[in-house]
Amino acid sequence: MQELIVVGNGMAGARVVEEILARGGGQRFRITMFGDEPYGNYNRIMLSHVLAGEGTDEIYLNPVEWYADNDVTLHAGVRVVRIDRFARKVFADDGTVLGYDKLIIATGSRTFFPPMEGMWVDDRTLTPGVFGFRTMDDTTAMLSYARGRRSAVVIGGGLLGLEAAYGLGRHGLDVRVVQSGPVLMNQQLDADAGAILRRVVEGLGISVQTGQRPSAIRSAGAVTGVVFGDGTAIDTEMVVVTAGIRPNVGLGVVSGLTVERAIVVDDQMRSVDDPDIYVVGECAQHRGQVYGLVAPLWEQTGVLADHITATDPAAAYHGSRNATKLKVAGVDLASMGIPGPERSDDEFVQFRQPHRGIYKSVVVRDGRLVGATLLGDVEKVAFLTQSFDRGLPLPEQRIELLFTLGGPEQAQGAAEMDDSVQVCNCNGVAKGELVGCVRDGTKSVTGVMAATRAGKGCGSCKSLVAQIVEWAADGAVEVEESASWYVSSIPLDKPALIEAVRARGLRSVSAVFDALAPQGEDAGSKMALASLLRTVWGRDYLDERDARFINDRVHANIQRDGTFSVVPRMSGGVTTAAELRRIADVADKFTIPMIKVTGGQRIDLLGVRKQDLPAVWAELDMPSGYAYGKSMRTVKTCVGTDFCRYGLGDSTQLGIDIEERYKGLESPAKMKLAVAGCPRNCSEAMVKDIGLVAVGEDRWEVYVGGAAGASVRKGDVLAVVTGRAEAMALTGRFMQYYRENARWLERTYDFVPRVGLEELTAILVEDRDGVVTGLDERMQASVEAYSDPWLEGGEPVTTGQFHDSLPLLPLPQVPVRDGTASPSGAGATV
Amino acid sequence: MTVPEVTVPEVTAHRLGLIAEIPVGEGRAYAVGSEQVAVFRLRDGTLRAMQAICPHAGGPLADGHTDATTVICPLHNHVFALADGACTNGDYTVRVFPVRDENGQVVIDI
Repeated sequence: MQELIVVGNGMAGARVVEEILARGGGQRFRITMFGDEPYGNYNRIMLSHVLAGEGTDEIYLNPVEWYADNDVTLHAGVRVVRIDRFARKVFADDGTVLGYDKLIIATGSRTFFPPMEGMWVDDRTLTPGVFGFRTMDDTTAMLSYARGRRSAVVIGGGLLGLEAAYGLGRHGLDVRVVQSGPVLMNQQLDADAGAILRRVVEGLGISVQTGQRPSAIRSAGAVTGVVFGDGTAIDTEMVVVTAGIRPNVGLGVVSGLTVERAIVVDDQMRSVDDPDIYVVGECAQHRGQVYGLVAPLWEQTGVLADHITATDPAAAYHGSRNATKLKVAGVDLASMGIPGPERSDDEFVQFRQPHRGIYKSVVVRDGRLVGATLLGDVEKVAFLTQSFDRGLPLPEQRIELLFTLGGPEQAQGAAEMDDSVQVCNCNGVAKGELVGCVRDGTKSVTGVMAATRAGKGCGSCKSLVAQIVEWAADGAVEVEESASWYVSSIPLDKPALIEAVRARGLRSVSAVFDALAPQGEDAGSKMALASLLRTVWGRDYLDERDARFINDRVHANIQRDGTFSVVPRMSGGVTTAAELRRIADVADKFTIPMIKVTGGQRIDLLGVRKQDLPAVWAELDMPSGYAYGKSMRTVKTCVGTDFCRYGLGDSTQLGIDIEERYKGLESPAKMKLAVAGCPRNCSEAMVKDIGLVAVGEDRWEVYVGGAAGASVRKGDVLAVVTGRAEAMALTGRFMQYYRENARWLERTYDFVPRVGLEELTAILVEDRDGVVTGLDERMQASVEAYSDPWLEGGEPVTTGQFHDSLPLLPLPQVPVRDGTASPSGAGATV
Repeated sequence: MTVPEVTVPEVTAHRLGLIAEIPVGEGRAYAVGSEQVAVFRLRDGTLRAMQAICPHAGGPLADGHTDATTVICPLHNHVFALADGACTNGDYTVRVFPVRDENGQVVIDI
């Protein structure tokens, strides 16, 4: 059995003994501990809570009995003054001399008292009323002295100083924190964060004074004031000094160990001078770092215990990352790593909202989190701490480090994905192609999307494409100015473009190109402009057919073989026997390859030849269901109150009314709606672009921004309205706002989180901006401008409108289904 | 010194129909022998012609959006230059044909 002596009974000393015992060290060592505080072992971190009067129950880690129970001999209140390394003996101030085989120094640190006149009565005695804030004794002395006092000054505005100030403030003292530098908690925070923290701290009734260095303490038997370098002074009855700590290295110095800022150790936490002497905690200096926080301690003691017990002789400590939290009730502050960028290529994302006391920032270096500060909103702290500790891959949208964004989520980080993983399923683009494109010099998201066509299909992969491009470009992504433009050929965002269109009376797509596009006509911009002009001008829009996408030229959805799908309107999903008979007859007559019930409660006739469209429409004698446009598509309903025994509202009728009123309205992207007669949500209204859910007594929840397609998102409740008329009106108002403000092809599930639910409620429900009347009027004009496009079947608008575009191909090329085979892989529309 | 042999493919002019049958800015498809051809009448009056089928997945190019220099396939948005048939966002080329206006008639050389 070897003799193990541990000098220091603080958090480090006790923890290391626990770790050694946990590794069976009790069999290997006879353990003796020296501690100069006369207690068992307590959790120093909790002293702030003790000072604040927030309970002391949990402060003792190991009571005195613990030492006896574990056969550890404790010399409490005894100080080791010298080590004879050659004789392997320690000498204590009570005359004890003990031999050791292994020695652990865990003497920690002490309060640093900056040199100030009037601080000390003599070499060892502070002026009455002056306190450090380090030990249990400090804390109890402060508490008893504070009783009946009215004012205190805390010198030092770091973590400990603020906790001391808060604690004393809780006992009714007027507390002023004096920080000689300009920034509170300058070890952890940059100036921006420090300024916001200052507001928050002042909000707790603590006054803060920065930029002045205290030079003397005034006293008359006890403290009466603090004097500053510029001669000004403030009165106070009490001074707490929290201007830093200094490692207790005296024992190391007198024993001939190498000491710089603290006792220098190797990766096994051994003194570099003596393999039998370990050093751990705040008195150890490892690779130039001295840690003053608790987390590094846990890591150091683990390595030390592994090594000394030979549990893992290869155990090595590689340094710790600094992370800390402020323990002040009502102030959420977490900080880790560095407060701001240090190298020119460090990434820095910062969010400041002073009046709400919120500050968040992250520093990313080489794709790894090296710093984070969260003040006022620590929602992300767990995620960030994990990323920081473990160096996990980060979301390439760095903003997601600070906020949980709505909209599509990416399960996998761009960095981890294999090159062969298909990113854009619509256009079959793998990660490797995107990366290759970036390597070849295209460093903008839009550029890569244009070159590879990734994200140009359904669009649901756009954010993943952006992540990969950012990752591949290694932070050197070029943000094209054009990213905010409504179309790539005109350097204006949507509001500016609408304004220009209105101001200059541009009613046709060609007029817009002539007036606003520097390079003139652009094929890729036509569809988006046609949609916008139709929204702006309604009936007064000058329709140029070549600006329309083929679907809108022939009012049907083009299929992979050049045939089309025909979906008649079936409002609310309600049909009749006569309609079904007609549909069946048409299917027979035109040998429709497939008849399919859609997800939007309609019937899709697929594989119709272009030249047959007019005849098909004529024989169907039903209006267009707009299953081909960037427009209002369909309103799904459940059976509501008429038949369902659970129904709370007539969802069927409301769905029909909404579909009839808003049918065919062009919009930035398709809109799929639903109405549910009760919260059982059978029509899936909660995951629609707009969904209405009856909640009883003629009240309807209006959901917006839901999705259950390539992205899945539950809608947000915009409002709960009373009556079907109100529900219809708010539906239309939201639609009109979306039509006027969403980006081209931006679905509501991206639009709603982008604008924000609160903002939408303020604008559309509370009419904060006074725009509701205008929205409603413009929607009404759009509704009135509607005409059924399938009427063009009888009188084509252009020559050859329904002319075959693949004249030599026998269409349909798609397989004709007779209903007996099991279908697979057909692209359906609603 | 030998002169390299140059083979000149045989070209025949075909009259496809009236220009007025192609709406401004749009395209129409024609069968010319065994060839399917898309002819575009651009907004400035220029005529352009190319093979009617997109080499990527068989899309009908005559149904695409056009501007002064390009046509976009309606199926997957491949962009082809009207002048030489090169695709700017894919590794494809389409054949282009000389086409002209003869007294209001579309005439193509194939």
